[in-house]
Amino acid sequence: MSEPHPPAEPKVAEPKVAEPKTAEPKTARPKVSFISGGDRYIRNRLMLSRVFAWLCRFATYSALAILVVLLAAIIYSSLGRLSPDFVTNTNSTSPIKAGILAGLWGSFWLILFTAMFSVPVGVGSAVYLEEIAKDNMLVRIIKVNLANLAGVPSIVYGILGYTVFRTSAAAIAELFDGKHVIGVLGLFKVRLSKLPIYEDNILVGALTLTLVILPTVIAASQEALRSVPGSIRVASLALGATRWQTIWRQVIPAALPGISTGVILSTSRAIGEAAPLIMLGALTYTSMCPGGIESPLELLTRPSKLMQAPLDQFTAMPIEIYDWSKQPDARFTAVAASGIVVLLVVLLSINSVAMIVRHFASRRLKW
Amino acid sequence: LFSVAGSLEKKRLEELRVGVVAGPSESEINAMTGLIPMTMGKLPAWAVQRVSRRHEKLIQAALFLCAALSVLTTAAIILVLLGNAVYAPGARNAFFEQVSLWDFLTGTHWKPVDGPAGRFGIIPLLSGTIMVAVIASLVSVPAGLGAAIYMSEYAAPREREFLKPVLEILAGIPSVVYGFFALKFITPWILKPALGFLGLELGTFNALSAGIVVGIMVTPLIASLSEDVIRSVPRSLREAAYALGSTRFDVSVRVVVPAALSGILAAFLLAFSRAIGETMAVVIAGGQQPIATLNPLRGAQTMTSFMVHASTGDSAADSISRMSIYAIGIALFAITLTINLISGWILRRYREVYQ
Repeated sequence: MSEPHPPAEPKVAEPKVAEPKTAEPKTARPKVSFISGGDRYIRNRLMLSRVFAWLCRFATYSALAILVVLLAAIIYSSLGRLSPDFVTNTNSTSPIKAGILAGLWGSFWLILFTAMFSVPVGVGSAVYLEEIAKDNMLVRIIKVNLANLAGVPSIVYGILGYTVFRTSAAAIAELFDGKHVIGVLGLFKVRLSKLPIYEDNILVGALTLTLVILPTVIAASQEALRSVPGSIRVASLALGATRWQTIWRQVIPAALPGISTGVILSTSRAIGEAAPLIMLGALTYTSMCPGGIESPLELLTRPSKLMQAPLDQFTAMPIEIYDWSKQPDARFTAVAASGIVVLLVVLLSINSVAMIVRHFASRRLKW
Repeated sequence: LFSVAGSLEKKRLEELRVGVVAGPSESEINAMTGLIPMTMGKLPAWAVQRVSRRHEKLIQAALFLCAALSVLTTAAIILVLLGNAVYAPGARNAFFEQVSLWDFLTGTHWKPVDGPAGRFGIIPLLSGTIMVAVIASLVSVPAGLGAAIYMSEYAAPREREFLKPVLEILAGIPSVVYGFFALKFITPWILKPALGFLGLELGTFNALSAGIVVGIMVTPLIASLSEDVIRSVPRSLREAAYALGSTRFDVSVRVVVPAALSGILAAFLLAFSRAIGETMAVVIAGGQQPIATLNPLRGAQTMTSFMVHASTGDSAADSISRMSIYAIGIALFAITLTINLISGWILRRYREVYQ
């Protein structure tokens, strides 16, 4: 994979020597075959070209080879543990019992709230930048800033989340510890009830992940909005629609397939993010699902738990995988690999939803 | 509203009738425009909608706030990092109140513990980071550029349609997965036998395997960014070169790549900064030993893996090892931002413009 390209230099000097030589025999010998003939210079050049093509082909196909090897290695390592009860068990200190259920639910809640926060803000920013903003200083600052935010390492957002969101959550948690009494308008006093709020809760994680993926969501939505032809806007405006009516009823519906594909893809990036969550202090070892909800059925049957889930502690799939990978007990290798298989299956299914959306949209819309 | 547009249309058709002898008649025009003449009455209720100007302004303001949130995020990052490293509010001691900037930048020992034993020199973390990033570049630059050239210059459209998703999948695999791959596959099954054959000792945690997987991770980034700029080189340049008797190698290496050089360089820099900020793969495979060394066969701690290490440890929130996260965070943020800005500057400054 790391072979350098053949240097271009060696052959540069030759043409000056070789060319007069090749010019003379041409008159003497009428047939010149570039491939098999005696023309060494041209043959060398063609050879170089062919070697270069093979090197490039090698570089490209090694990506495919790595992907295959990666998947094969992971599936092979997971064979010892991957079984249905891996998905129904929560974490355990025993490699035979450890499962990913808590991480699965943690990731589910995280992504739910991350999408809830990032989609309105992300699409709103994109609409502002593409449809409304005039080209002034402030807008240019926002654009440059967005480009730079996309390059900020995700762990830096983790520091931000730890310092801002987690501290705020801790303050709120302290307020609701069942001891605080606040006066309302000086008329009567209310004792704040005790609420099970944790400082490292799902909402804190989701807010942090929102900041991580927001630049990507905005860029993807901008791309989708840009691909809507201007004639649609002009037609709508010409019929007397206001700018917002045009955006809401024409432009956004037309860009919706592109926006949803982009949003799904960038949200799926958040599923694999572990670094910012670890910075927040998300639990590396826990056997608890947020809100105690352990099966999809409980989402419907126990609404009281639903309210509790966002404020509960959590772990996530990549965090559990990280935890298992660094266990000294070699039997945890299979557990980690099984976790990766589950994570990749989740990612794959989400991405295939995006592919399906893109496929159907590209068939329906023609301009 | 409809009737205004309709009447314009009607007027045009009427003008048409003046010019052409057998043009549409008055009633025909009405039928064609499909509208009730203006005089006949009001528009139906559904077509009339009062749009308040204030409502419109309000929505625009809300959208502006969404966009401005990104600026707020940047401001918050800078404020939080500087705030806790340079001057901490409240009872906590800021990092640089306890460690001098000079010691931080030039110290060659990193031992983030409270008390007199603590040593806070960033050099070991910096050397680990740069080592991993350089190894990653050695892997990803030839591979990414080769893939970009192959996909834009050699591959048939069908082949390209098959290869592009492969690279996208490679880019979409989470960092922890690559970390696992490096620790449990590349190190024991590829590097250990290969280096053992050469008589070299390789640690279980080593910067080499971490650098290789980070290189694999950023290869798709280089490939797709470079391919975009390579494809934007106009066809006429290639055709001119072929017409002069160039081989495909000549066209790719001496015409297309130089023409796209600024974009390719920008892609390299972007990938380098991504490699510097890469966290989980390095944490899992690279080890946690902050030693100022450039030996990739040993474990090394990068800036990012120190941050993860410090935040998973059980030190108190206001201990100096916690506060050092902010100082390292500033360094990381500053380095990646600088490289990204240089990359953007190269792209703008040296872009070749074709009609």
